[in-house]
Amino acid sequence: MGYDLQPLFLTFKLAAITTFILCVVGIPFAYWMAYTKVRIKPVLETLVSMPLVLPPSVLGFYLLLAFSPQSAFGHFVETYIGVKLAFSFAGLVVASVIFSFPFLVHPVQSGFQSLPRSLLEAACTLGKSRWQTFVHVLLPNIKPALLAGVVLSFAHTIGEFGVVMMIGGNLPGETKVAAIAIYDEVESLNYDAANFYALVLFSVCFLILLTVYLLNRKMIMKVA
Amino acid sequence: MIEIDITKKFFSAQGEFTLELKLNIKRGEFISLFGQSGAGKTTLLRCLAGLEKPDAGLIKVNGVTWFDSQSGVMLKAQLRHAGYMFQDYALFPNMSIRGNLEFALRPNARRDRVTELIELMGLGDLQQRKPDTLSGGQKQRVALARALAAEPDMLLLDEPFSALDHATRVRLQDEVMRLQRHFGLTTVMVSHDISEVYKLSQRVMVIEQGRILKQGTPADVFKSGQTNSKAGSGGKFSFAGEVLEIETADVVFAVTLLVGNQVVRVIATADEAKNLQQGDRVMLMSKAFNPVLVPVGAT
Repeated sequence: MGYDLQPLFLTFKLAAITTFILCVVGIPFAYWMAYTKVRIKPVLETLVSMPLVLPPSVLGFYLLLAFSPQSAFGHFVETYIGVKLAFSFAGLVVASVIFSFPFLVHPVQSGFQSLPRSLLEAACTLGKSRWQTFVHVLLPNIKPALLAGVVLSFAHTIGEFGVVMMIGGNLPGETKVAAIAIYDEVESLNYDAANFYALVLFSVCFLILLTVYLLNRKMIMKVA
Repeated sequence: MIEIDITKKFFSAQGEFTLELKLNIKRGEFISLFGQSGAGKTTLLRCLAGLEKPDAGLIKVNGVTWFDSQSGVMLKAQLRHAGYMFQDYALFPNMSIRGNLEFALRPNARRDRVTELIELMGLGDLQQRKPDTLSGGQKQRVALARALAAEPDMLLLDEPFSALDHATRVRLQDEVMRLQRHFGLTTVMVSHDISEVYKLSQRVMVIEQGRILKQGTPADVFKSGQTNSKAGSGGKFSFAGEVLEIETADVVFAVTLLVGNQVVRVIATADEAKNLQQGDRVMLMSKAFNPVLVPVGAT
């Protein structure tokens, strides 16, 4: 029996795009957080961590309000950027980025913080710019943390349900990701199809995490 | 010529101090900052390198203002060309030894400068290895080579030999001395090892609680004040040592000292012994009436 593969493709597309955006935004942010001394740092750290503890429905609810064309933000984005956020793939991406933010920022930030400060200072006294230091000294030395951050945020986006449910709904090919599809199939008593999606998600997540742990072990052994 | 006149509040294990230092360093001079840990030596070095900002004052190097609190000048560390050697060496773990040196080159430098330095420092066999696989002494040599690769105008050494065993330490001290002369580099070294200061520096500043207590040649600084006038300038030989043990033997005391890597036992009078404790740093001086000289090495 053929299953509809679209929810799976959509899931991985969402996870890939989200992870890519997270890297572009999150790694510089983690770098900044690791070294900044601004007074509001605890507030920022709290905000970043909120998705870890909040029920996804809370976040989803507020995002839904914000994305709605009636709200100032939703209206602005729709009129000036031409992107509809509520019940659309673009909206899912924005929500996933926010929701998976701590999964990238935390490991990468602590990676930066665990590097001896003298590495940064040495590069400074050798006349290297911040950018050169970041690319050639800092990033290569936190590879395990980067890997953990990327993989965790990818896997976490795959596993997202509540937020998608709240702001994405269940539009095939647009917002119907695998996690939603499982719920949908169970509701219509299609246990076979639900099992298919569930099994794929289970196996993929298992393989991804296993790869990370194996790679990390190899990296640690190489250092030791 | 480096002119320094700075103040800075800093915190150490002994509490809060104000660093208040005024000194001049001549071009090509090897100067040591000597004192207990927490006295402010490293802070001064870091202010010089641009890694820390003094609260107030002035730092001028060869007529160029590096720091001036009045006009708000603070030259970035990147532009100071100060070769800084960190206590933990701070080698980049992701790069090979050669990679570390190449990274340090200035943008328009000749590439073969790295090859020259690798030869000069005897790092040929190590150049493809990663820093984590090296011994302390090897890391130290790489750190020195890396600092030199960036063509520094001055060398700042933060307790460069403290983590090394005695033999390695002596060898590397010779190396630093040779390179410093070779490149004519103005050098400032932080140290709390008298023998090291004696051996390497032309001038030493004793820093205590953020202030310069005294300064001069190592011989002047360490002999005066630490000995009574009787021994004062009469001592022909003087060695820095550490008290290992003090024993009483009737009227005299036998003091066991560590001088360099040799353990020696000397007699001390009750007067001398009462000021000594195990672990104290001392100067051992002797008028050599009857020295025995035995050639070693070349046979």
